[in-house]
Amino acid sequence: MTATAAGPAPGPATTPQAAVLVEHVEVSYRVRGQDRLALRDISFQIGRNESYGLVGESGSGKSTVALALTRYLPRNGRVSAGSIRIAGRDPLAMNAAELRQLRAREVSMVYQEPGKALNPAIQVGEQVAEVYEVAGLGKAEALERSEAMLGKMQISDPGRVMRRYPHQLSGGMAQRVVLAMAIAASPALLILDEPTTALDATVEAEVLDLVAGLREELDTSLLFISHNLAVIAKMCDRVGVLYAGELIEEGPARQVFDQPRHPYTVGLLRCIPRQGQRKDRGRLDAIPGFLPPPGQTPTGCIFAPRCPIAEQRCRDAAPPAFDVGPGRSSRCYLHAATADLPRNTPADVSLPTIAEAARPVVTMRNLSKTFSSRGEVVRALVGVNLDLERGETLGLVGESGSGKTTLARMLLGLIAPDAGSAIELDGMPLGADLRQRSRSQLKALQIVFQNPDSALNRRHTVRRLISRPLSKLAGLSGSALTERLNDLVRSVRMEPRQLSLRPRQLSGGLKQRVAIARAFGGGPRIVVCDEPTSALDVSVQAAILNLLADLQAKEQVTYLFISHDLGLVRYLSDRIAVLYLGRIMELGEAERVFGGPHHPYTEALLSAVPSLDGQRADRIRLTGEIPSAADPPAGCVFHTRCPRRLASGICESTEPPLAEVEPGHFMSCHIPIDQLTNLQSNGQVP
Amino acid sequence: MPAGIVPREAERRQQPAWRLLLDRPTFVIGAAILLFWIVCAVFGTAIAPHNPLAQQLLATNMPPSAAHWFGTDQLGRDVFSRVLVGARTILIIAPLATLLGTVLGTALGLALGYLGGIVDMLVGRLVEAVLALPAIVVILLFVAALGVSTITLILVIGFIFTPLIARTVRSAVQVEGQLDYVPAARLLGERRGWMMFVEILPNVFPTVLVEFTVRLGYAIFTVATLAFLGFGVQISTPNWGTDIYSNYVLLGAGYWWETLFPALAIASLIIAINLVADSVEQVLAG
Amino acid sequence: MAIYLLRRLGLAVITLWLLSVIVFFAGQVLPGNPARSILGPLAAESAVKALDHQLGVDRPLITQYFSWIGGTLHGNLGESYQYQSPVEPLLQAALVNSAKLGALALIVIIPLGILGGVVAALNAGRPLDRIISLTGLSAATVPEFVSGIVVITIFSVELKILPASAAAPAGSSFLTQLRYLILPAIPLVFVLFGYIARIARAGTIEALESDYVRTATLKGLKRHVVIWRHVLRNSLLPTITVIATQTGYLIGGLIVVETLFNYRGIGNLIFHAANAKDFPMLEAGVLTIGVVYMVATLIADVTTTLLNPRLRTGVIR
Repeated sequence: MTATAAGPAPGPATTPQAAVLVEHVEVSYRVRGQDRLALRDISFQIGRNESYGLVGESGSGKSTVALALTRYLPRNGRVSAGSIRIAGRDPLAMNAAELRQLRAREVSMVYQEPGKALNPAIQVGEQVAEVYEVAGLGKAEALERSEAMLGKMQISDPGRVMRRYPHQLSGGMAQRVVLAMAIAASPALLILDEPTTALDATVEAEVLDLVAGLREELDTSLLFISHNLAVIAKMCDRVGVLYAGELIEEGPARQVFDQPRHPYTVGLLRCIPRQGQRKDRGRLDAIPGFLPPPGQTPTGCIFAPRCPIAEQRCRDAAPPAFDVGPGRSSRCYLHAATADLPRNTPADVSLPTIAEAARPVVTMRNLSKTFSSRGEVVRALVGVNLDLERGETLGLVGESGSGKTTLARMLLGLIAPDAGSAIELDGMPLGADLRQRSRSQLKALQIVFQNPDSALNRRHTVRRLISRPLSKLAGLSGSALTERLNDLVRSVRMEPRQLSLRPRQLSGGLKQRVAIARAFGGGPRIVVCDEPTSALDVSVQAAILNLLADLQAKEQVTYLFISHDLGLVRYLSDRIAVLYLGRIMELGEAERVFGGPHHPYTEALLSAVPSLDGQRADRIRLTGEIPSAADPPAGCVFHTRCPRRLASGICESTEPPLAEVEPGHFMSCHIPIDQLTNLQSNGQVP
Repeated sequence: MPAGIVPREAERRQQPAWRLLLDRPTFVIGAAILLFWIVCAVFGTAIAPHNPLAQQLLATNMPPSAAHWFGTDQLGRDVFSRVLVGARTILIIAPLATLLGTVLGTALGLALGYLGGIVDMLVGRLVEAVLALPAIVVILLFVAALGVSTITLILVIGFIFTPLIARTVRSAVQVEGQLDYVPAARLLGERRGWMMFVEILPNVFPTVLVEFTVRLGYAIFTVATLAFLGFGVQISTPNWGTDIYSNYVLLGAGYWWETLFPALAIASLIIAINLVADSVEQVLAG
Repeated sequence: MAIYLLRRLGLAVITLWLLSVIVFFAGQVLPGNPARSILGPLAAESAVKALDHQLGVDRPLITQYFSWIGGTLHGNLGESYQYQSPVEPLLQAALVNSAKLGALALIVIIPLGILGGVVAALNAGRPLDRIISLTGLSAATVPEFVSGIVVITIFSVELKILPASAAAPAGSSFLTQLRYLILPAIPLVFVLFGYIARIARAGTIEALESDYVRTATLKGLKRHVVIWRHVLRNSLLPTITVIATQTGYLIGGLIVVETLFNYRGIGNLIFHAANAKDFPMLEAGVLTIGVVYMVATLIADVTTTLLNPRLRTGVIR
């Protein structure tokens, strides 16, 4: 088998069409006197008007690629080998003036946190105008053109927005401003580095649609960097997969995601829940092992330590990029065998079912929470009624402002609900505040937080972190405690020797395991999982989710699973509640809520989220921003954005009650269920 | 089931703080000077070439020479020996006062930062009131009222430092309070005392340490300044500040060595402490 | 905005009131019998009692406090024990003198400190930065009397080019007065430079590493435009507050400097009052200092709020 180098043709004749040409680029950082390679032998090209996606987890080096292209590496970083050409010119060989020209005319960048990318002390209009001024326009004309550009970004009333300061803009609005700045110069290359990661699902969809539309209109190439494979699949023609600084697979996006030809890509795809996968059927498969520590240059294939089919030759010499199809390459000796890559964990497990109980373990009635600060009254949660059945997983879904976090915190007693709210545990009323609850009540309710860095006391050892609930809540001590401690450690798949470590010495996934062990230490009945995997890498996510599912079965607990990721919610949940502006829009069994008929908001949410399974041909487009919780719309709170708003006007005037439209399926909508079913199953998109 | 997902994680090696400190030239220099003065304070009388208390009325105000490296003062006492021994008072009062202020200030800062509420608002006003005045001024006020003694100085300086340190600790505690381990611990039913001293304190301890070292410099500054103003503790042991106080009127007459050398000694000690404080801050922040 | 100002003012008033209580407590309650300390241990008991009555210290504490506060608010600050004359005019004259010296110091230190901090930040990690930072650090730690003595020794005693006393002869011109104030200002400048430079440096570094500066640079703007328009506007905001708080250190330094240079400013006044246990003078002086400090911080807070768009406008959707 001979290897043929893929990628750009060798020799001086490069395609004049390529907007970006990267050849054998190496980037290294100087840390404590030693050089560490962040990128190794990266080669790719982006054609004119082509959209190229760069996918990778944290530590893969994807942001470094962007920094290298714009020559904005930090002081201790440099391109130590290879060449870069943007629109035929070499940024590494330019002097300061030429570099400024390049940045002003040819390359633009859009970043992850739009609010921070704007100067807080200057009005946004002026900041956009700066781009025009650099191009040589006078101040007045620059401002005019800026206003026009903001209008093009689908910002209504651009004149008013021009005079705002960044902190006055919502995330979606700010990102549109940044986009306007980026497009204003009609660059040859637009780099987007996680542009929608910080945005809500419906806002994200709008921004992505905007970008796609702009691309069609202008003659700009796109370099789209993200850890989210679904977004890349939606936005990009071609994709390159980065692992630990190496480009291990490359090719047309659809092909790479449907038939991956590298074990890492296969593993990555198996970490993402697709339609039909459930916690016990078609399980997510985790990738064992860890990322190599930064700066280590291994002999052999960089993925070999974690690869299920690695052979001796893989460990001896690093594979070159093999040509595996038209425009496709893969750095794997065994790329032909990837179609049947063995799994690390079984696909189907039998989880013991939990016996149904006579009554729900938790009932919440008329749960409301109003915050008032500086004269502003924010109704975070309004009259919510919800039950938690024994042993189930209730998924709580909603965007920002939905109130899902507030609900969880009230359940736990961290926030006191408004008067008139009632929460009961096993039929006994639960005190509004922690301090009013008995030890057995505290024992019963625990939480796994989103960010394990924040959730674990960094000065305590793992042993102390996990032992505390054992002694405080479960009342154990001495040998009984030690036994249960070791038990717990094993059940979260950690080793007893790790007990003496501190959180700082652990990776993200390990820290979350400690947090989970802590939550289960006291023997809880209900565990709130508040975005438990959002702060973790995709490959780690799967392991944690499966762990949660296994623990649930073993310890017979109920989960309140909060997430903004619909795919995860569908994978794990038995029932789902959809929240919008503090009210329940829909509540029912997972498959019913996802399969339909669904509430118009749920429908829009589902259609907004990009999925690897391919896009639905038609899409519901929501307009406008999520209204502020301080000033919610009258009537049905969703009516301002609802594409199926009834002509009779009832949606504007009356708030619909949460009614049972089918057995066990509740909706808060004026549209009669049969009408809804008809509209949605006929694919009638308004 | 095979090993599956038994993690062999990359354990990050942590260099202990003291080793990082020793790598810094600023720390080494500062610590060396500090150590020198501590040794002098303890063993000074043994090392000094002349008896610092011995008066030679026939050899007053002699400029620096081979016999008297720093010259003699208006009572004929050897300035060099007095400088060597003069650290003692300052090195007793300043650290004790700073320790007092740090302990009280940390406790106050923890309480205000964690408990918040009305108490925080009221006590906050009191803290602001005290902080509205420069330390020297407040100390002068109290010392005029109570007179000067070692205990008074330690107590007054300690009490002045308490609100200063409390303010910094309070901010640090409030930042910690935003992290999720705080509600996680509350969910275990931990009481307030535990929360403050077992959960939060270890995390703000670096801040406390930095405050201690920084305030120590300021304490020395203050004790020396008070002595210069004539509010130094009047004991027979040589004291840099009081020496300056006694001799600076002679500056006009041209007798500069009697004042300059003790002044430089003070400067060196304070600079040393601040070099140490700066290094500690850099290491603990990084 | 107006509400914020009123609240701020209200809080300041409360703090001032607490301050007056502290001062009164220290001055009237702690020392014990003022008449005894003035007349000495050998004076007759009847003489002490008479003086006590004359001074008004035999009345109940609360009455004494209110009479003192009432008097203060009316401008009557009592009579100095030392000079047997009203405190008020002496205090006023001293305040003017100190203001001159303080103003000179501030005029030098503010631009110098900010410039030093910004230059250090722009060269972060390089030798120039280390030099500026260490200089600032060392200078700030040297007590004013130490640097004062060194400066006097060099410029006045040895070189004889500047006077060792800060009090220019009555009726001197502005320039002559200035010449007399140069040496006393130097120790003050030393002490304040380090801290202001440090804050300016920290603010500038934070701005330089921010996302919005990255945006500005990647727009293709020239470096000096980035620094001037984007960096400085944000980095210097915290410096304003710091300058106000530094007035506290400035005043503390005045006590030493004015004593060393024989200058009849408020610091000197307080020092002599403390020495002589002249409590009316001492209390009045300390209270005045408190007021000056609170006014400075109030101005700083208001200025910061006006200049920071985030505080000015609040969040609107």
